[in-house]
Amino acid sequence: MALSTVGVIFSHINDDNLPELSHHRTMASVPFGGRYRLIDFALSNMVNSGITTVGIVTKNNYQSLIDHLGSGKDWDLARKYGGIILLPPYSDETEQLYTTRLEGLMGITGFLNHRSEEYVVISDCDGIAHMDIADIVRFHEEKGADITMVYHEETHVSSTYYITLQPDDTGRIRELKINPKAEGKLNLYVNVMVMSRQFLINTIQSAVQRGFSSFGRDILAKNVDTLRIFGYKFEGYYAAVNSLADYHRHSLELLQKPVRDELFGARDIYTKVRDSAPSKYLEGASVKDSLISDGCVIEGTVENSVLFRGVKVGKGSVIRNSIVMQDSVIGENVRLDCVITDKNAVVRDGRTLAGCAELPYFIPKGRML
Amino acid sequence: MLRKKECVAMLLAGGQGSRLYALTNKIAKPAVAFGAKYRIIDFPLSNCVNSGIDTVGVLTQYEPLELNEYIGNGQPWDLDRVFGGVHILSPYQAKKKSSWFEGTANAIYQNMSFMKKYDPDYILILSGDHIYKMDYAKMLRAHKETGADCTIAAIEVPMKEASRFGILNTNPDGSIYEFEEKPKQPKSNLASMGIYIFTASKLFKYLEQDDANPDSSKDFGKDVLPAMLNAGEKMFSYRFEGYWKDVGTISSLWEANMDLLGKKPAFDVGDADWKIHSRNPLAPPEYLGEHAVLCNSMVALGCEIEGTVKNSVLASNVIVEEGATVVDSVIMANTVVRKGAVVNYSIIDEDVVVEEGAAVGEPKEKSAGIAVLGRGIVISAGASVAGGKILDKDYKGE
Repeated sequence: MALSTVGVIFSHINDDNLPELSHHRTMASVPFGGRYRLIDFALSNMVNSGITTVGIVTKNNYQSLIDHLGSGKDWDLARKYGGIILLPPYSDETEQLYTTRLEGLMGITGFLNHRSEEYVVISDCDGIAHMDIADIVRFHEEKGADITMVYHEETHVSSTYYITLQPDDTGRIRELKINPKAEGKLNLYVNVMVMSRQFLINTIQSAVQRGFSSFGRDILAKNVDTLRIFGYKFEGYYAAVNSLADYHRHSLELLQKPVRDELFGARDIYTKVRDSAPSKYLEGASVKDSLISDGCVIEGTVENSVLFRGVKVGKGSVIRNSIVMQDSVIGENVRLDCVITDKNAVVRDGRTLAGCAELPYFIPKGRML
Repeated sequence: MLRKKECVAMLLAGGQGSRLYALTNKIAKPAVAFGAKYRIIDFPLSNCVNSGIDTVGVLTQYEPLELNEYIGNGQPWDLDRVFGGVHILSPYQAKKKSSWFEGTANAIYQNMSFMKKYDPDYILILSGDHIYKMDYAKMLRAHKETGADCTIAAIEVPMKEASRFGILNTNPDGSIYEFEEKPKQPKSNLASMGIYIFTASKLFKYLEQDDANPDSSKDFGKDVLPAMLNAGEKMFSYRFEGYWKDVGTISSLWEANMDLLGKKPAFDVGDADWKIHSRNPLAPPEYLGEHAVLCNSMVALGCEIEGTVKNSVLASNVIVEEGATVVDSVIMANTVVRKGAVVNYSIIDEDVVVEEGAAVGEPKEKSAGIAVLGRGIVISAGASVAGGKILDKDYKGE
């Protein structure tokens, strides 16, 4: 059934949380889970809910994102009507790039005006979850809400900017705080919200007239009493990637079967197809408790790790608790523990590198050690 | 200007592949899974694309549904084209007559109008039952250089096997003076690979003649090629050196899968310069558990392995539970090998369940042959399937 909802994905917001991995790319195109990019989760959730048009708001360094998305066909979004629509930055007379979410939304009013869908779902790319967007829209309709914000119960926050919600018994948000002191359980907003398209357009227009700049502060927090803002509690597995340590921890959580089953059980997380050969395990390979993508050739030992596509692990090497990204080459007799390598890294024979869970050792893209 | 294609490929994919027994009960041979993520037809299709040939007719007849679905609009091979691309050609009802494809030549003859639409200078004829990487553009260049009417790709085979093939007897310049179909006393070991390039006008002429001949069996090897040779047309062999394997039998299919394994495999599907394109399964990376043991194997996406896998090829989403062992075997997509089950020297088709403690096949050294389990069957707990046995129904044991 077609859902009368258009998707909007912010590809770059939260980039600052993960400077190591988003230095060359947007948050959306940060690799995750062996063969995915963070945007694959947000996009797949939308597609699986029947959304056929998704606008992707971009800002800087979105070449890798364009490369990843292509025509959108791998998400079934190469459509005659709708599909993936890239929304490059729109600059006004001042010729400055926008800085806030609200300014980003102001830049896409043209896109929003031209759509015909009833609702808009706005999502960031920092979260990994298997989320039913259709259910959130249904909730939004039932509650007669102006805005529905999705939240998740958390005890740990590493983001530099976050919003907590306090809903009453009906689900209506009575208290909305930005960056409060974090203690105990928090209802953390997960950067997914639903509203009607017309409501969003009107909100943007009035914000422009009043010179507002922050969606969180000027629109949500200020109007919590006057607007019908509802909280939709997401009960499933939710992982926010707000630091390199988060990235490391959540990557290794994929080794837990319940997490894998929830995220991938229905086999409906879409991603770019690369036509790699299946992975090869040679004589002498020992691989335990690890996720291995296609195109890998493994001759050494890999434990409690995630290997992306096309990684080579030489004889006598031991990789533990590490994330090795696409096409990286690990030579012979290398020791890696708690290491994250970006794409195309090369670790030469005999090197030993180690970090710890709180501070994984990071090897940037293309670096040779 | 009339648009045209210099070379159109016609891929014969209608064969049943009866020597693959249970593996082709429901699908045509070119759709049989190979090498953990591929199907046999991926190889000729990828060769076409990598050789710059973007117009391919795929002739189907036997159990075409899965093959048709697999090829779809051709997008995985970059063959969804505005002009050209891949097209499924099945037997059809015509105004005057309608018939099944009667032989390889007849199948091509019935699709003459498809070929003529592209006004081609050359026609490349391929079959869907071999695993190889070949640059057809080089062969086409040779065809033009020799000024041949027909060029036949040929490979040297061991003399003792030569009587299984169509054998080309050639002059030193490569021109063919004699063509023998499966000779008892072969004069040479140069075997036809079933890959032909024809100058289009000649092919059309001889196909029409062949169709009018009531005594013809409408086969390229038996009828059309000898007729051309007898009429004095210029026919050349094109030597191919490299890996080429007919996977038309259970044992050759098994061997070809094993040829992918190892650091320096006999056949490398991971060659970045000659990518093998395929329709990719939607699956997460494979997960290898705490007790997993993997050695000299190839594993596709989506597998969950807790047991032991040696010298084997596992396709996507295969599950090998703790304590289960898979050795010297080929396992196709979505099959489950439950706790304590042992699989030796076998080919297991898609969606099979080998229940707890069951034994399939026998160790290679002692086995009478390769055990084969057909699609979707269940081997009950504790049951044992003897080496060399071929099953296409659920099995509870003797």
